[in-house]
Amino acid sequence: MGEAREDTREDTFEDTREDTFDVALTVNGAHRTARVPARRLLSDLLRHDLGLTGTHVGCEHGVCGCCTVLLDGDPVRSCLMLAVTASGHEVTTVEGLAAPDGTPSPVQRAFRECHGLQCGFCTPGFLCTVTALLRETPRPTQDQVLEGISGNLCRCTGYQNIVASVHRAADLIARSAEEGEA
Amino acid sequence: MKPPPFGYRAPVTLDEALDALAARPSGKVLAGGQSLIPLLNMRLAAPPELVDINRVAELDTLHVGDGGVRVGALARHTRVERSAAAAAVQPLLRRALRHVAHPVIRNRGTVVGSLAHADPAAELPAVLAVLDGTVDAASTRGRRTIPAADFFVGPLEPALEPGELAVSAYFPAAPPRTGTAFMETARRHGDYAIAGVAAVVTLDDDLRVSAARAGYLGISATPLVLDLTGAAGPHGDWTAAAAHVRDTVDPVADIHAGAAYRRHLTGVLTERALKRAAAEALRKAED
Amino acid sequence: MGTRVFGEPVRRREDGRLLTGRGRYLDDLGRDALAAAFVRSPHAHARITDIDVSEALDVDGLVAVYTFEDLPGRIGERLPLLIPHPALTHGRTGYPLARDVVRHVGEPVAMVVARDRYLAEDAAERVRVDYEPLPAVVGIEAASRAERLVHDDVPGNVGAVLVQETGDAAAAIRAAPHVLEFRLAIERSASMPLEGRGVYARWDADDGSLRVYSSTQASTGVRAAIAARLGLPTGKVEVIAPDVGGGFGVKIVHPWPEEILVPWAARLLDREIKWTEDRREHFVSAAHERGQLQDVRVGFDGDGRVLGLDVRIRHDHGAYTPYGIIIPIVTSTQLLGPYKIGAYRAEVVSLYTNTLIVTPYRGAGRPQGVFCMERTMDRIARHLGLDRADVRAANLIQPDEFPYDQGLTFQDGRPLIYDSGDYPELLRKAKAMIGWDGFGAERAAAASRGRRLGIGLGVYVEGTGVGPYEGGHVEIDTAGRVHVSTGLTSQGQGHETVFAQIAAAELGVPIGDVHVTTGDTRRFGYAVGTFASRAAVMSGNAIALACRKVRDKALRIAAEALEADPRDLDITDGVVHVRGDVSAAVPLRTVAVLSNPLRYAFDEETARATQFAVGRPVTEPPIAAGEEPGLEGRDYYSPVRSTFAAGAHAAVVEVDPDTAEIAILRYAVVHDCGRLINPMVVEGQIHGGVAQGIGGALYERMAYDESGQLLNASFMDFLMPYATEIPRIRTGHLETPSPLNPLGIKGAGEAGVIPVSAVIASAVEDAEGVRVDAMPLSPDALHTLRQRAAADPSLIVRAE
Repeated sequence: MGEAREDTREDTFEDTREDTFDVALTVNGAHRTARVPARRLLSDLLRHDLGLTGTHVGCEHGVCGCCTVLLDGDPVRSCLMLAVTASGHEVTTVEGLAAPDGTPSPVQRAFRECHGLQCGFCTPGFLCTVTALLRETPRPTQDQVLEGISGNLCRCTGYQNIVASVHRAADLIARSAEEGEA
Repeated sequence: MKPPPFGYRAPVTLDEALDALAARPSGKVLAGGQSLIPLLNMRLAAPPELVDINRVAELDTLHVGDGGVRVGALARHTRVERSAAAAAVQPLLRRALRHVAHPVIRNRGTVVGSLAHADPAAELPAVLAVLDGTVDAASTRGRRTIPAADFFVGPLEPALEPGELAVSAYFPAAPPRTGTAFMETARRHGDYAIAGVAAVVTLDDDLRVSAARAGYLGISATPLVLDLTGAAGPHGDWTAAAAHVRDTVDPVADIHAGAAYRRHLTGVLTERALKRAAAEALRKAED
Repeated sequence: MGTRVFGEPVRRREDGRLLTGRGRYLDDLGRDALAAAFVRSPHAHARITDIDVSEALDVDGLVAVYTFEDLPGRIGERLPLLIPHPALTHGRTGYPLARDVVRHVGEPVAMVVARDRYLAEDAAERVRVDYEPLPAVVGIEAASRAERLVHDDVPGNVGAVLVQETGDAAAAIRAAPHVLEFRLAIERSASMPLEGRGVYARWDADDGSLRVYSSTQASTGVRAAIAARLGLPTGKVEVIAPDVGGGFGVKIVHPWPEEILVPWAARLLDREIKWTEDRREHFVSAAHERGQLQDVRVGFDGDGRVLGLDVRIRHDHGAYTPYGIIIPIVTSTQLLGPYKIGAYRAEVVSLYTNTLIVTPYRGAGRPQGVFCMERTMDRIARHLGLDRADVRAANLIQPDEFPYDQGLTFQDGRPLIYDSGDYPELLRKAKAMIGWDGFGAERAAAASRGRRLGIGLGVYVEGTGVGPYEGGHVEIDTAGRVHVSTGLTSQGQGHETVFAQIAAAELGVPIGDVHVTTGDTRRFGYAVGTFASRAAVMSGNAIALACRKVRDKALRIAAEALEADPRDLDITDGVVHVRGDVSAAVPLRTVAVLSNPLRYAFDEETARATQFAVGRPVTEPPIAAGEEPGLEGRDYYSPVRSTFAAGAHAAVVEVDPDTAEIAILRYAVVHDCGRLINPMVVEGQIHGGVAQGIGGALYERMAYDESGQLLNASFMDFLMPYATEIPRIRTGHLETPSPLNPLGIKGAGEAGVIPVSAVIASAVEDAEGVRVDAMPLSPDALHTLRQRAAADPSLIVRAE
């Protein structure tokens, strides 16, 4: 053990000052830049370098789903991605889900109407996941909803009202589409 | 839970990637990162350098031919899962992919990365193994094709040399009159399986079983492939085949299940999967 | 009367910010703060022989490293024993940083402060600690055998022995026509909120004051502890619980070592410091709960009536006892549930092990007690060949028997007297909702298709709203806004909404005008905390009482302005008016102005309160005797004893005859928490509790090996249920008001979790015909039960 540790040290700690890299990405429609070490997680870049603390960190090993954001529209775990890898991509966080004028998105409205959140810590991850799910599958069946949110942990709601919120959001989206057509 | 420091290269061509790996052979390849980054965050891995291949566009490929499906090193699980063409040529791929973690993880994780991670509890190694697929590896020294049987050396240990990059995997197509099934039992939906089986059954012109094979995950240090053609007999005695499997396997125990239960479960899943595969083979033969 | 708000499913007022990423959780604060990280013991039991920090000092960005030796005076003292109890004869607590010996994996050994968390972890990794490993005590059996000791000076590893009895249980059992004897086991789980713990401290050197944000369930307790340890006047310490990402009990413990060390270092360094617990730390350095072994002897008659019950509870409390023995006290008292047990004796033995401390997790000992009693009911029914629901019915306390004295002392040191309830109705409703009576046919129909179904149920009583007190402060400002504050904290229960509902109803104001603050010592300094399903009962009633004071005052002032009798006045939509005459009216914002006689006006409205505008007689003082300026009031609610909620759950499960996988097909809850303030919020609480209960019944456990290593310290291996594991939960309510408090309410926070293990065990046993004595039940465990039953017919249970 001791020896292996020595090796690691020599390899990585020749100088504890780390190299840093320029990262430039689009976050919620805005061009953002930062200079960070290679190991900076995307979740930490968003929260600490860019001040977008709506993305939460619940496990940092990719299981809880709290840190889910949209990367080029697809939900991904921001704790399982390096900020440098995300450079050049487009990221949407919970702060970017509402309309530019602040009107909550149908998914956000549905979660409020259906009491789909309690402590709110897992909520941003659910909102991003569900936003993408409904874009892909506008009228999900119960099983599709369960499968769609199956990678997000919630410790408060027992998922009952989150599932209801997803169906409700689908209704709201369908209704606004109908109104748009009419 | 923050990664230790590491050197970082982000090549944009395969040659650059191979050069980077050659320059620092103890470096690790970062593709989807869905297995590697948790290990980094927990500081269970401390590679001196990461070679991030996410910008190597030439690896982001999925080729479906009559003979099989070739998946490039940067093709994400979701892309392969959604490919109707791939599912038509080798249905086992999509069937297994649906069991890989959760949709959000599949958006990022790669098929080849999962193979190169060589987790014996993972789905894709068992699929590659039961299909006798191959992995193509490249380095500055050249390219080689590694058969699945040789690729999985031990838990988390693929047969890749220092400086070598797994550039693609090849999943051969199902022969005619062949059915497949994938089944696993996990504690929670999306978890690594306690045990799982990928079954392939082929019938001959007289609708007798000409080949029955099963690839297992979760029960041994590397994916286990058993040829059950003899045990099942020409008329497909799947109960006998399952009994044979129960007698043959020597499962490992972990905190989620003991060896005895895994042995039992492996038998149950074997029988169910073989039955389902055989039924599919029969449908195809009758078409 | 205004718009009815009490009892309505009012949408939550906290959601707006939480849905848009504008919540402020602990780690969202202090962007420029230094980061703390901890070196934690990798051994379950070891002597520290040397600590060498020199390598850590090389890390660029390191600010400080501390070990026990660096902690001065009270900072280095043992952590407090929060709830001393006479039976806890050998209470032991740890040091903020380990001194000489570590007693569980994860115990903090050194604290590192660095520029950011990455660097802090780099430095922590480089602190070299030499340990001399000592033999570890893991598990209740090993602790009981006491071949090794966790603490050298605690013989037998026994922290406490507590006996409670009513009647002569031994004699009653001896005389009973039927006697059964058996052992039950429940494994450890944990609260596991998705936000871990965290502390962020800011020292103001000029002011000599400290502001601390903590993800806590008890901000006033944290403040008291910090002030004492740091030698600061309480008035110089502010503690704020910001948005908290779930608690479920674990965050009631205080002060955590980090809650002392981070503020101390912030003052010492005169720098902002933040520690955000990561998930791996949470598994090994926060707290667990549930682990118990229970030895049961029960005597009963031919109708299934319990004549005598004797339970010996061995409770694993981990390496230290900062929270005392509350959990096993709750187990041994709440075990009685809704039943009249002839004679009862409970002996609690609380044991040390070299594992993480055990402190309340939602349910706090009740799930174990209910598991014991409900398994006992099922045993009796199977033994006699009776319907399991009928056996329960035969033992229930009847609605006309309240208040019902169980003859024991509850966790608050007060008599265990149930205030109200209707238990037969709960049972009837639960049976109806789950389809109990028609289940035989359903089971047979499923069996004919090769499917194996079972049904189970469980009934429980939950003491809620324990004292000693909570307070509320209500202030109506000159814009008509109502500011409500209470000292206890929120972790997602919707307090901002339900307390606003109470205030709106009491004051007659629109709920939109009410603004609620919780858990902020700047706003309210006296409080106990959020635990034991007490927030609504305690703070809800305190706020109601404070509102009534404010209302009375508003009516007095308005009466003077309107030249009316206060008894003729009412408040509607924020306007005080003569009952039946809306023209004679004055808005509360004006009353607020008038309540504060001014010399200096700051706008036109306040000009009405200046000395030349107010028409009080010149012979009287501007503020009448006994009055105070301002339209505000403060009051406290301090109940004589707890109020007892109750419920019944039932479930239908399906087990796979081959793989032994267990699926819950239906789950029904009937719940009685007295008057409902907000049924939507109450249902949400129940849903979440049931899901945690299902976690505990089928998935979650802490897998320690014999050396005391926690083998599943990650979300990969500690199996909290996802949406795919939780069935649809049907809920029904009964409202039996509590006679003990002004609002007639009872607590609801823990209800969902309490009987779930008992219900699932009952249902799986019913499906399988094989005795279930231990939870959680994995497919492997069920498979093993089947194998054992095949060899040992005594494990097979009789049909009803």
